[in-house]
Amino acid sequence: MDIVNFTPIPALIGGALIGLASALLLLLTGRIAGVSGILGGLLPPASGDTTWRLAFIAGLMLAGLGFVYLGDVSAIAIEADTPLLIAAGLLVGIGTRVGSGCTSGHGICGVGRLSPRGIVATCIFVGVAMVTVFVTRHIIGS
Amino acid sequence: MGRLLVPLLCGLIFGAGLAVSGMVNPAKVLGFLDVTGQWDPSLLLVMAAGVAVFAAGFLLVKRSARPLLAAKFEIPTRRDIDPKLVAGAVMFGIGWGLAGFCPGPALTGLAFGLTKVYVFVAAMVVGSLAYGLWMRFKP
Repeated sequence: MDIVNFTPIPALIGGALIGLASALLLLLTGRIAGVSGILGGLLPPASGDTTWRLAFIAGLMLAGLGFVYLGDVSAIAIEADTPLLIAAGLLVGIGTRVGSGCTSGHGICGVGRLSPRGIVATCIFVGVAMVTVFVTRHIIGS
Repeated sequence: MGRLLVPLLCGLIFGAGLAVSGMVNPAKVLGFLDVTGQWDPSLLLVMAAGVAVFAAGFLLVKRSARPLLAAKFEIPTRRDIDPKLVAGAVMFGIGWGLAGFCPGPALTGLAFGLTKVYVFVAAMVVGSLAYGLWMRFKP
């Protein structure tokens, strides 16, 4: 194994910002910053529970817009072709609902409050994703 | 006002964290997941820093009776590991590994104007909506 493209300082700063945003949302509004859950609560929407969800997602997209101007969008590399993106999107969309969370809700908030469900889910999806990449890159791809 | 502004700012800070750390780039995420190839450990530090800062904030939550702007904390209370949790995490793991996108970076990436991001997010929304409708209207 070779270590490549490792960017420890931006990773720590970015991770701290993610943790800060999640802590602030919980301390101020009482909500867990789980992105799949925030989106899922809109699909379908429930009355009286949509505004904060749309606002959080708008904030994410605003940050993305900031990246367009301050970052380098040309560096964004998406290897997957359209059929693979559709399959991946469906699996992420359904899987995060069935499993009640994703990298943020389970991975940051669940692990951060030592929730057994969050810890187990995070270990499973990280492990399965690593196996998936091994299969697609080194078994099928080679 | 706070009901709108606070979630907006939290989303903005969250998305800024994804952008600064490089997690909006699926290639960087796949670089972490590809442990047997050329490995980029960055995502591990993103998670570690995120968990540490959130855990510090959670200490304050545990000492607070209620959130500053709402009536109560809405924190999951279940602790059991049921088959749905496991099956969902497996499905999500496969999807994450196939494209390198999880929900946060995908929604943040909508601003990039890239067709591939639209395709992924559209499929993700269809999958999530299908599950939501099934749970609401199932016999």
